[in-house]
Amino acid sequence: MTLPDPLTDQHRYISNASQDVREMLDVIGVDSIDRLFETIPDDVKLTELLDIPGPWSEIESRRWFRALAAKNKSAADHVSFLGGGAYLHYQPACIDQLLLRAEFLTSYTPYQPEVSQGTLQSIFEYQTHQCLLTGLDVANASLYDGSTALCEAVLLAERVVRKRKKVVIAKSVHPQYAETVRTYVQNLGYEIVEVGWTNDGRIDTTALLEACTSDVFAVAIQSPNFFGVIEDYYAVAAIADAAGAVKIAVIAEATSLGILTPPGAHGFDIVVGEGQAWGVPTQYGGPFVGFMVVKDALKRHMPGRLVGETVDVDGRRAYVLTLATREQHIRRGKATSNICTNEALIALAANMYLSLMGKEGLREVGQQCVQKTAYLRAQLNRISSVSLPFSGPVYNEFAVRTPFPAAEILADLEHEKILGGIPLGQFYDGFENDFLVAVTELHTREHLDQFVAVLTAAIARERR
Amino acid sequence: MTTIPTPSERLLIFEHSKRGRKGYRLPALDVPEASDALPAALMRSEIADEVEVSEVDVIRHFTRLSKLNVSIDAGLYPLGSCTMKHNPRLNEEIARTPGFALSHPLQPDHQVQGNLSLLWHIEQTLMEILGMPRVTLQPVAGAHGELTGILMVHKALAKSGNARKYILIPDSAHGTNPASAAFAGYEIKELKSNSRGTVDIDTLAAAVTEDVAALMITVPNTLGVFETDIKRFAGILHEKGAYLYCDGANLNSFVGIARPGDMGIDVIHSNLHKTFSTPHGGGGPGAGPVGVSQRLIPFLPTPTVERRDDGTFYLDHGHPESIGRVRAFNGNFNVLVRALTYMRSMGPDGLRRIAQIAVLNANYIRARLRGSYHLPYDAPSLHEVVFSDKLQTAKDVHTLDIAKRLMDYGFHPPTIYFPLIVAGALMIEPTESEPKEELDAFCDAMIAIARECEERPELVRSAPHTTPVRRLDEARAARQPVLRWRRG
Repeated sequence: MTLPDPLTDQHRYISNASQDVREMLDVIGVDSIDRLFETIPDDVKLTELLDIPGPWSEIESRRWFRALAAKNKSAADHVSFLGGGAYLHYQPACIDQLLLRAEFLTSYTPYQPEVSQGTLQSIFEYQTHQCLLTGLDVANASLYDGSTALCEAVLLAERVVRKRKKVVIAKSVHPQYAETVRTYVQNLGYEIVEVGWTNDGRIDTTALLEACTSDVFAVAIQSPNFFGVIEDYYAVAAIADAAGAVKIAVIAEATSLGILTPPGAHGFDIVVGEGQAWGVPTQYGGPFVGFMVVKDALKRHMPGRLVGETVDVDGRRAYVLTLATREQHIRRGKATSNICTNEALIALAANMYLSLMGKEGLREVGQQCVQKTAYLRAQLNRISSVSLPFSGPVYNEFAVRTPFPAAEILADLEHEKILGGIPLGQFYDGFENDFLVAVTELHTREHLDQFVAVLTAAIARERR
Repeated sequence: MTTIPTPSERLLIFEHSKRGRKGYRLPALDVPEASDALPAALMRSEIADEVEVSEVDVIRHFTRLSKLNVSIDAGLYPLGSCTMKHNPRLNEEIARTPGFALSHPLQPDHQVQGNLSLLWHIEQTLMEILGMPRVTLQPVAGAHGELTGILMVHKALAKSGNARKYILIPDSAHGTNPASAAFAGYEIKELKSNSRGTVDIDTLAAAVTEDVAALMITVPNTLGVFETDIKRFAGILHEKGAYLYCDGANLNSFVGIARPGDMGIDVIHSNLHKTFSTPHGGGGPGAGPVGVSQRLIPFLPTPTVERRDDGTFYLDHGHPESIGRVRAFNGNFNVLVRALTYMRSMGPDGLRRIAQIAVLNANYIRARLRGSYHLPYDAPSLHEVVFSDKLQTAKDVHTLDIAKRLMDYGFHPPTIYFPLIVAGALMIEPTESEPKEELDAFCDAMIAIARECEERPELVRSAPHTTPVRRLDEARAARQPVLRWRRG
């Protein structure tokens, strides 16, 4: 394709047309747009157009993208029991409407506080929610997601403890989170020690005690862990404290904070997690929102943006990005993190969700998750060929075992329009017959009963 | 200092809270309630101080908050190197298609062929735009892409026996470059810019020793100046076994005009929230896909998206030399949906026109403001122009004052005090979105402010005067940090 004439080519997202272009070239004092690109050597300049589709009208785009979306099976047309770090909860209608307000959607990092108080105040509120929910002192403005938040927590812990190079990570932390940590620290000389679980699905405290040698700078556990089992914060904290290690708690299911005792109550130093469960769609894994909350003593080691309260010259209360000397744009190679753009809009959605649901709603969501999960487990326990491999207490997710490969059972469920769970064999050896099932307030008793009936039928079919 | 009573729209959501208010309703619990579902010891008591508000309270609160922000929809937002362009609403609509929005990241490949096809198509499109043979879609921000890219360089060099010690970074670079390189395990050596603001080929040649792993360079640089010698840079680095990393933050200036892959670049990240119009959202989400040259392909993060001969797609986790996973799941998928929608809306001619008009707009501002503001580097610039406050400091008016005064004229200020090689920098990037009238209004405001600096400097020094709050006591915020609300 030959190159179009920049004077006549026109596009709906670009205002300036030929008359504007001519007038502007006159002011600049050149006779063509090409003259403005003379610093790019000719031998790297394209002589033809890129070979990509378009330009498309909205009509054509809708047609193509909707056809693609229709090729997916999803919670849009199936009953989903998928969790594993991405949970489908109730999404209040007004949140998305508010997120589409241009002042939130189309602004950027609030570098200029006088014209960004909306974003700044919202982040300050978000930070406050995080503190209240986790029981810790200082939260940042957001990180990319739960997995990278754990990376940042490990890096923070090492900065604080210094001269120790071992970090203990429970094997029941989300396997993709642990994998991400291994990537992040691969050139930093850390050793990652994994600690497994016992029959109840909780961390093996005997093994943890052995692993917590004097060269361990941090211990990271997840609760509820990847199997949905609620860990014993108290026991873990005691062991980590004895070794002088920083205690890191990971929360992958954020609504659990509405009902479960928070890590802060057990003296954990850093809580990181994934805020997606606060009403953000699962959208194939992103964008999500990572959170980090720390003890006050660690605040100057925090990665990412922090918003603080101050006053303007008239004494009016106002908010501003603060403690910026930690950050890459000031400290460059010595910054506490390389993060710049984070997940502000998703953090705003979380702030709206937490505010709407509020004190009572967060508890009720948690309560419904616990009750519906307990109901489904009780029903499944009645099926002789189904077992629940872990006996520990759970919030809204648990492992299910049948005598048959999980993939085959789940394929049968899919046939009945049920996305029945996440096969565990892809993450752990010896779990080929197990899958994770997550229940939220969106499930009705009918959904749960149907799950049991379809699963029973699937097992019967496999037997034949 | 006493605090002036806050008008009601400035209350925090926590201060709107009243006992007993509710902003939600759930269906009644429809399963028998088990009192022993969880041991009491695991349950928390009420979340002290959490909010109790109605939906009306929430909508009023956030609508009022939003009105305290300026935004690209309201007008020019010329933050340099941030590429604040128009965010088409079609992209928002497409991203909300239930089949995308309600798909789950751990679904097996056969259930999400639509998603995988979309990811494959955006990779193909970025490969063509960047001129690179593979692109990873996993990184979720520019800095995340930088870390990913430098980890790949490290792994490739380590495989050949020596990961080396240093990354070279020009003094005009974004702060994320040195930070990312440091977290990837390298020390930084800074390269001094020449009088054009670019890197001298001799300076580079002298700096590239056997200890150097890569040069990390922004093209065009943060002054908007293209590194005309870029291909020769690549030659020097490659001869010494080192890599050329390009920070693609400024891709908007040459998309469709030239391709990084044709310049000898080995790694480039592209900020989709800049060049490809995904909304900045007050500070994210973004996406930072990374294109790599042939020899870095084995080290790409997992998973990659692959297409079978029968036209089906799958996630490939099996790359034995991969640096590993850089995030859980599959990148910022729904940011990628928006970006691909944009790429299709623009097409090849539209993408080229982006660069042409973005560069035209920036040069128009440059031409109109020359004379009113000092231009510290005279080299021809592309999509952004950097002025300084040198002419204004004589009246003791500084860049910060000029920026604040612009707010009174209804504009978001440019990026200020960056790049660091310009004292009192005003870094202006209008993007292709802006019509001539908006550029003229901005230039008129800047020229009026320059005049005010001469005639009424105190007016500028005390700006802004019309914003929801005026200048803040930032020192107080840092000295006695108040980082959360507490019940008074």
